[in-house]
Amino acid sequence: MDFFQVFIELAQSTVRVSTPLILAALAGLFTERAGVFDIGLEGKMLGAAFAAGTVAYITQSVAMGLGAAILVSVLLSLVHGYASITQRGSQIVSGVAINFVVAGSTVILGEAWFRQGGRTPALMESGRFGTIKLPFADALREVPILGPLYSGLLSGHSPLTYFAFLMVPASWWILYRTRFGLRLRAVGENPGAVDTAGISVIWLRYRAVICCGILCGIAGAYLSLAANAGFTKGMTAGKGYIALAALIFAKWRPKNILFACLLFGFLDAFAIRYQGYAFPLIGKVPVQFMQALPYILTVILLAGFIGKAIPPKAGGVPYVKER
Amino acid sequence: MSVPHAKLPGWAEYGLIPLVNLAAAFLISGLVVLIVGESPLEAAYHMINGAFGRGEYIGFTLYYTTTFIFTGLAVAVAFHCGLFNIGGEGQAYIGGIGVALACLSFDRVLPWYLLFPIAVIGAAFFGALWAMIPGWLQAKRGSHIVITTIMFNFIAASLMNYLLNRVFKPLGSMSLETRTFETGGQLPKLDWLMSIFGLSVGNAPFNISFLLALLAAFGVWVLIWRTRLGYEMRTMGHSPAAARYAGIKEAKIIVITMMISGGLAGMMALNPIMGEQFRMQLDFVQGAGFVGIAVALIGRSHPAGIIPAALLFGMLYQGGAEISFEMPSISRDMIVIIQGLVILFAGALEHMFRPAITRIIFGLSPKGRQAAATKGA
Repeated sequence: MDFFQVFIELAQSTVRVSTPLILAALAGLFTERAGVFDIGLEGKMLGAAFAAGTVAYITQSVAMGLGAAILVSVLLSLVHGYASITQRGSQIVSGVAINFVVAGSTVILGEAWFRQGGRTPALMESGRFGTIKLPFADALREVPILGPLYSGLLSGHSPLTYFAFLMVPASWWILYRTRFGLRLRAVGENPGAVDTAGISVIWLRYRAVICCGILCGIAGAYLSLAANAGFTKGMTAGKGYIALAALIFAKWRPKNILFACLLFGFLDAFAIRYQGYAFPLIGKVPVQFMQALPYILTVILLAGFIGKAIPPKAGGVPYVKER
Repeated sequence: MSVPHAKLPGWAEYGLIPLVNLAAAFLISGLVVLIVGESPLEAAYHMINGAFGRGEYIGFTLYYTTTFIFTGLAVAVAFHCGLFNIGGEGQAYIGGIGVALACLSFDRVLPWYLLFPIAVIGAAFFGALWAMIPGWLQAKRGSHIVITTIMFNFIAASLMNYLLNRVFKPLGSMSLETRTFETGGQLPKLDWLMSIFGLSVGNAPFNISFLLALLAAFGVWVLIWRTRLGYEMRTMGHSPAAARYAGIKEAKIIVITMMISGGLAGMMALNPIMGEQFRMQLDFVQGAGFVGIAVALIGRSHPAGIIPAALLFGMLYQGGAEISFEMPSISRDMIVIIQGLVILFAGALEHMFRPAITRIIFGLSPKGRQAAATKGA
């Protein structure tokens, strides 16, 4: 029973840590499937988290905070889109640039506006996402096995967490079962063919980039409005890159993204819980190793040692109409 | 591109366009300063004064410049081969292991001038090693160099965190750093160089690795434009297909280029470790690897451009420190914004101003108008 309790707690924190990863990785899925690589996930999430924290504090409204997060993230996405779609600049360079600009501005603006060392003031209850208690969660708590699973693991998360998990099948449906999704994937594989069919490559890619902005915005809002009570300097702490790693690890597929994010989230939750714990046979696993594991796994995957990760064919290449 | 942009004269290509891009970046940074409620002009004054106002300030500026020459060259070398080495940060960090090992082993027995070459080799070796793996993975296994080098930055950070925690930290010490090096592990300052200009270096850690950086810049120029290897690298960068037809061994060139790039990034570690701190500390690279990207972009990947670009960023770093001192609402993070904007305008939006500039230049000279007309026909 004790073991079971530990399992529930670990699973619960895995879900919490995975939520922003899932949202950000799905965000990356949309733009990368459309042929626009995005290493600016980190920056967009950070900018969104800051906007969410700031606006939610000023307005004391969680909805306004979420809206501001999405707005900022979409604007940053449009900058990325302008540079890489319209100006045909390097997508990588643009992503790097956005990460820098956001990392600097959130600190400068946060310090100038709130004077709390780059953090926003702590949010009240009304400025935060509460948790949703599923029906009968309390009543069922005492039921063996199923009770804790239901009330401890399934119930009691923020609405954004449920949204993130629902977005996985929704993204699959959008990408594989709608006309928009079909075209979006086509534009990432063979933009020339899409162009020949009389569909605007540019507009499709912009829409993909906007989808990415919306999801990244929600991921950022989760960090400052649900997981924490406000924004703190550099609070994404590499989550954008982990999401990118998860996206690659998932070979650009929605279902795999769920599992990759849960795996990376689990590694994180596990590392925090078992820091300095000596395991039988293995001994002490350095926490630094656990932290590096998602990156190491991604490198190994990219090298084709555990299956092959094939990115969208037209990814990273700006589209130029034939003349 | 199906239709290349009309060719601009050299001064416009290598002077005007980078300047316009820089100006755009500074203009927007100025807006951020305005939003914060301070005067951009005052900030600019403090920045320039802070970077050049006194001998000591100049010493600090040149200290940062040294670092950025190394990382800028690292990014540039890879650029020439068509590789975007975003892992300079990790390579510089790992390069520190080479410096630290050399210093910890020999600082009590060797004078600095004997230890320095060993440390240089150590830094370059470890940096090259860390860059070789992504290079090899790209060449042989087809993994994308950008993604692998990003991942390697994080792996390097974790690895160094572990090493400083468990291996390098002296017993009983709390802070994550090696012991302080004895005199053998301390590089002499360049007092004499500064005093030629009648300046005193003061407390600034402006040291001998600056000369090594200049030497490295010259070496890179020779390598890229005067050797067979450099020619093959540039061919690869221009057209991998042409390189393949010419019988250039693609995989070999990629791995070697990455190793040179990583070696240069690794040598950056000499400056802070042996030149300033006299020990290896946690996170001593402080983003210099990423600054290298901006430096290489502004410097057009040419050593003659990289040195002034590195100086510009040295100025931003040192001047930025002064700004944050004089104007408390602007912290040093302002530099990060400027750096990001420079990367954005000089890198991703490189071609934004080009059509307008081309029109203006060709519009002004009748000969140019003719040339443009024939090209357009």
